[in-house]
Amino acid sequence: MIQIINTGVANIRSLQAAFDRLGCTWNLTVSAKEIADASHVVLPGVGAFAAAAESIDQLGLRNAIIDRINQLDSATLCICLGMQLLCESSEESKSAKGLGIVPKAITRFGTGVKIPQLGWNEVRPLDNGPYVTGEAYFANSYRLETAPEGWGAAETDYGGKFISSIWRGRTLACQFHPELSGTWGESVLTQWIEGITC
Amino acid sequence: MLKSRIIPCLDVNEGRVVKGVKFQNLRDAGDPVELSFHYQDQGADELVLLDVTATRQERIAMLETIERVRQKLSIPLTVGGGIGSIEDAGRLLNAGADKVSINSAAVRNPDLIEAMSTRFGAQCTVVAIDAKKHGEIFQVLTRSGTTAEAIDAVAWAARAESLGAGEILLTSFDRDGTRSGYDLPMLSAVTDACALPVIASGGADSVAHMVEAFQHGAHAVLAASIFHDANMTVREVKLKLAAAGIQVRND
Repeated sequence: MIQIINTGVANIRSLQAAFDRLGCTWNLTVSAKEIADASHVVLPGVGAFAAAAESIDQLGLRNAIIDRINQLDSATLCICLGMQLLCESSEESKSAKGLGIVPKAITRFGTGVKIPQLGWNEVRPLDNGPYVTGEAYFANSYRLETAPEGWGAAETDYGGKFISSIWRGRTLACQFHPELSGTWGESVLTQWIEGITC
Repeated sequence: MLKSRIIPCLDVNEGRVVKGVKFQNLRDAGDPVELSFHYQDQGADELVLLDVTATRQERIAMLETIERVRQKLSIPLTVGGGIGSIEDAGRLLNAGADKVSINSAAVRNPDLIEAMSTRFGAQCTVVAIDAKKHGEIFQVLTRSGTTAEAIDAVAWAARAESLGAGEILLTSFDRDGTRSGYDLPMLSAVTDACALPVIASGGADSVAHMVEAFQHGAHAVLAASIFHDANMTVREVKLKLAAAGIQVRND
């Protein structure tokens, strides 16, 4: 059973449909206990950094998410804003507090590119990782600039390089949307579900 | 580098695709689910479903169609047509749309752009602009092209950006259905004035037309008849675009 954290600010129908196509059962949860106990948890996210961070705190989920990633190393997938929430902060809303699992700050894309980045771009693993180079669908205005120490990472070019995915143990975080990235995206989801460790 | 996107568009009425669609290998060429999957399989980068129904009952049928398409589709889905309020947009997103395109309602009430962007994010707020040449300007049209507004399309695109839109779907009313190519001066004017990604629409009949659109600043091209009439598959179009030096996704 895959537990999808329902922060209430994300559109998660595409994600549910992707798991249906892969034959996986899923459940929407706001329970810290379910998040702690589940074999697989997804932290999805579109929308604003501050709203999602506040929602996690109001629902009392912060410690459960941090513990399953830092202590238990249980399979956790963080998508789009979900990846940004792993960091300490974001330029999008400077007072909001991220989960702080990754000691980095999220920044806005620089000048010279269309914002948001909307469309397909190439994702290239820099380290031995859970997937091969492929093309993924992105919808983001903010990004992680450099890879955190101790994590594997993939990079993508958009007005310079940024980090489009990171992984450590059974945690995989993707700035792109695997659920909207065709057959390559499905292979990324399958790798995570089947319990890759890197 | 971001890939140039190819987006087939399906007009849907009462749960069926309308406008002649002439695929030979399909059991039922009018089923939006089957057609959507077919285009995805051919390498479409996104799909647009346009609700051309008028009544409330038919709108409810559209929600069921979106749910069915969503279950099959692993690429982004934009839904447009008849969206009048933030509640309408929310229902479409809940049914499985990834982006919602607003047109006449945004002209009547520009605050709707800001409300949608704040609530759902810029990445799912698409502002569709229909326009035609009128003297020196490109004039905005609403209500499926039946009402001319006293608004310049270029200024309107820039305003939509400032209100929080994430993407512009720009349709040339002069070119739509003419198969004479996209309106390139209008496309250039809008992409120069507005920092958002722009989807060019209206008039495509060949790969050369699409190449021109990308060279004039389009981030994506929308096309209907070129694919529906099975003149060319999406894959064939992408191969030819790649040969012309346009970067496309190779799925």
